[in-house]
Formats: sequence, structure tokens, C-alpha cells
Amino acid sequence: MANHLLRWLAVWFRNALAWRKSIKTALLGGLAEPLFNLFALGYGLGHFVGEVDGITYIAFLTAGIISLSSMNAATFEGLYLAYTRMAVLKTWEGMMAAPLSIGDIVMGELLWMASKSLISASLILLVASGFGLTADWHVLWVLPIAALSGFCFGSMALVMTSYAQSYDFFVYYITLGVTPMILLGGVFFPPDALPGIIRQGSACLPLYHIVEMIRPLVSGRFAWTLLTHLIVPLAFTLISTMFAIWRFKRRLLR
Amino acid sequence: MINTPVPKPSPIIVHAENLSKHYGKLCVVDGISFQINQGEFCGILGPNGAGKTTTLKMLVGNTPSTSGKLTVLGLPIPQQAREMRGRIGVVPQADNLDPDFTVVENLRVYGRYFGLKRTEVEKRITELLGFVALEEKADACINQLSGGMKRRLSIARALINRPELLILDEPSTGLDPQIRQNIWQLLRQLQREGLTIILTTHYMDEAERLCGRIILMDHGHILADRTPEELVRERIEPHVLEVFGTSVKAWKMANPLTGPIRCEQVGETCFYYGADLTSLVKTLDGWPGLRYDYRPANLEDVFLKMTGRELRDG
Repeated sequence: MANHLLRWLAVWFRNALAWRKSIKTALLGGLAEPLFNLFALGYGLGHFVGEVDGITYIAFLTAGIISLSSMNAATFEGLYLAYTRMAVLKTWEGMMAAPLSIGDIVMGELLWMASKSLISASLILLVASGFGLTADWHVLWVLPIAALSGFCFGSMALVMTSYAQSYDFFVYYITLGVTPMILLGGVFFPPDALPGIIRQGSACLPLYHIVEMIRPLVSGRFAWTLLTHLIVPLAFTLISTMFAIWRFKRRLLR
Repeated sequence: MINTPVPKPSPIIVHAENLSKHYGKLCVVDGISFQINQGEFCGILGPNGAGKTTTLKMLVGNTPSTSGKLTVLGLPIPQQAREMRGRIGVVPQADNLDPDFTVVENLRVYGRYFGLKRTEVEKRITELLGFVALEEKADACINQLSGGMKRRLSIARALINRPELLILDEPSTGLDPQIRQNIWQLLRQLQREGLTIILTTHYMDEAERLCGRIILMDHGHILADRTPEELVRERIEPHVLEVFGTSVKAWKMANPLTGPIRCEQVGETCFYYGADLTSLVKTLDGWPGLRYDYRPANLEDVFLKMTGRELRDG
């Protein structure tokens, strides 16, 4: 196990170094945009909406934006950047000439995607806390959930990447997968507002459960029952990871 | 000494027995057997589609064979491919250096893939930058390097783990003549230090100058497995006369062949093969539109004779 982790960390280290080199643009894109959304929509729209589920709209939205950013960070990394490393720069080819297997590469990439989700969620949490939008210390539980979100959406993105022949392919996933998930997952408004059948559908989506866990933690309503929301994201993570490894083996080891 | 591999009891580096690779119904490698011993510099030659690159992919364990047995450094492949890859170096056909990183960072990151200790990697980087003469470029970005520098860095990167076997896929394709000479010099030095080297190429001069042994492949088969000297001695007539120019046809008509001379015509060039072609050479004087080259046969002649002259695209 220790050896495995060491190999995954070698891949993680490569990506972390590349990220550090472009830290300014990375942080601007990963932090500034969600914060604009949070404050513009939170105060602007919040003025008309008032309270949702007993909390101010901006407090409600904070949890949504944290979930959304953790998803976006991993999705972008797993689609565009992973595809670049696999098909354009041939970084993976170099790794495969070294003692790393496809499994090692996928796990290392996923560790990095989880790290990016964690970084993104932490920074937004920090700013939100500064504005008094978080309730108590239980909010720290958001961090492991953000990392799980990274594993989950990162592995789903990698499945897409394993099929991609060009960047254009990702439009399908973004338009038909990610965007509906954002709108139905409770990021901007509670899914209760939706018709019954759609509401039940959204309960199958991992983002819904991530939001359902993060929201009570941000607004100070910690409860052990929240753990049940782990099941769907964990299942998605497990299945997507195994499927992605299988797909990449078929694609790259031929 | 830039690369001093730890001596291993078994001098057999690669052992392939009846190795085949099929893609669906297409047979790319068809039951090849060969053995490469420690310290050999072996070239795998063949036209496009001969099965060279697939053979290399099987060697490094990046594609499973359909049938046959393969061991590299005594380890069964692909079962223990990862362990084996920790002990070899691979230089890919197209450089896959990390453009985001400097020269040193490229080596540092790659050293991590092998699980090497930080201090060991740093020491190795200093040695390798000296070996490939890139000390001054240590902190330069990859896109500031010339094609030759990138190639040298790729070679340095493949040596980071002090490999016992170095595999190069067309190491000098796309490089200008000076840089090719420079790359050859590096490879020769590595071989002198005892490193076993396998390369694929379709430059015959490269194979002739570097390789002590040549495995000539076509259509998934091994056509010959010899030293370059043996190939030239055994598989082709001693001399070649190339005649080219606009009046080739007229000259040919006027000088019908006598004796054991073989002729091949490609466009406006005629190739004559035989033991002694001097009588033919004499007839060339007085034909103003003609140019010719009379020379000993070389590896390229063997290659063309054994694999044919038709074009191989893709």
C-alpha cells in the first residue's frame, strides 16, 4: 500500500508542480468566479428571495457555490487537462515508460483532482467565513466532503476522457450532464421547488447529495444522519474509477 | 562513467520466443524469436508496418502479446512489466517532455516516477546534464530548447534510473546531420560503458554505424538477424552501380547486360548489382545526360533487396 501511495504521489507531484507554475490564473479562475457568483447572486437575488429553508439566501447559496466549485475544479481537470496530458502532451506515455501502471496514473490524477476540489472549497469557505456566512466549527467537515466530491466528479470526467477523440467531445458531457446536474442538484434553489419526478431523479445525482451534506454543515445544522448522503457519491466514485481504469487500459495498452 | 548498471548474473537481457501480436484479424508480429545479450547494441530495422514499434511496445510491457513467451531482464512480461521498467530506460519516438517545466524539473519529476530518493535524483541530474551538455540550460524552459537539445534531454531522462537496458524508438528521426552525429556519439559512449541498447530506425547509415547486430523485420517476420557486415557480405552482391539521368533508357538499350549482373529500374534510375561492374562503368563515358555512382554495396542495398522497393504508407 505504501508503495502504491508513493507512485500515486509521483503523479500528484507532477500535476501540483504544473499547477504551481500557473498559480495566478489558476486561483483567479477557481476562486474569483465563484465568489462573484456568490456575492452578486447572494445579495442581489437574495434581496428578492429573502430566506430559504430558514436561512438567508446568501448563506443558502454559500453551500451551493462550495459544492459547485468542488465539482467544477475536478471536472475541468479530469476532462480538459487530463485529456491534454494523455493525448496532446503524451505525459502519460512518459509515465507508462517508467514503473507506473495505468491504475497508478488514474489514481494519481484522482488524488490531484481531489486536491484541487479541496483547495477550491477551502478558499471559498475562508472568504465566506470572513463574511460571517458560516455558522460554527462543524463547517470544517465540508473539507473531506469537498475532497470526496473531487474524487467523484474527477472519476466521472475521466470516464468521458477515456472515450474522447478531441476536446469537442466534452461539450456533450458538460451540456447534457454537468449543467442539468447543477440546475437540479440544489445549488441555486432547493430541489423541493421542482416537480416530483424530477426531484426523485435529482436524488440519483451525486451533486445533490454533496449539496445536501455541505448545506447543513455550513448553516450549523450538523447531524449524523447526513452520513447517508455519502452512499451515492461513494458509489459513483467507485464505479467510475474502476470503469475509467478499465477503459484507459483498453485504450492505451493496445 | 555516466551509467554503471549493477552486473546481473544472467547475461540474457531479452528473450523472446514465438512472440505474436494480432489486432483482430490483422497479424502485426508473427511468431518472432530472438535473444539479446548484455552489452549488445541491437538495431531493429524494417519499413513502415514491419512490426518494429509493436515489438518495442511488447518489450516494455505496454501491450500484451497475443501468444508467445517474453522475458526482459529475466522477468516475465507483461506480468512483471512494472518492476522491469524500473530497470530500463525508454526514449520515445516523439519527445514527450513536459513543456511546463524547466530542464531540471523535467528530470526531477521523472526521477519521482521511479521512486528514487531526492538526494539520489539531484546527484544524478548533475551527472546527466554534464553527459548531454545541457548544464547551461538547466533552468531553461523546454520551448527554449532546440530539437537536438530536446532529444538529448529525452536521453538523459531515460538514464535517470541507471538502466540496464536502453530502448530508443527512432532516436534521430527529424534531426539535422550534425545533431544526429552528436546523438550517435552519446549512444556509442553508453555502449562502451556496457549498457545494452536496442533501437529501431529506418536510417541505414545509423544502423550500420551504431549497431553490432541487426534484426531486419518485415510483415511481422524476422527476415535476418546478423551483424551489418555479415548482412552486406551474405545477402547482396559486392558492388552497386547507380545510373541516373534523362538518357538512361537509350544507354540501357545500347548496352545489353552480359554475365551475372542483376538490374533494377526505379523511375529514371537503374541499379546494377554484381561482383565486378567495371566493364559497365566504362560504357558510361560519352553519355552526356548521365550521372552515376559506382560503390561497394551497403546496408541500404540489402534492406531494399530484402523488403522490396514498393512504398509503404501508413
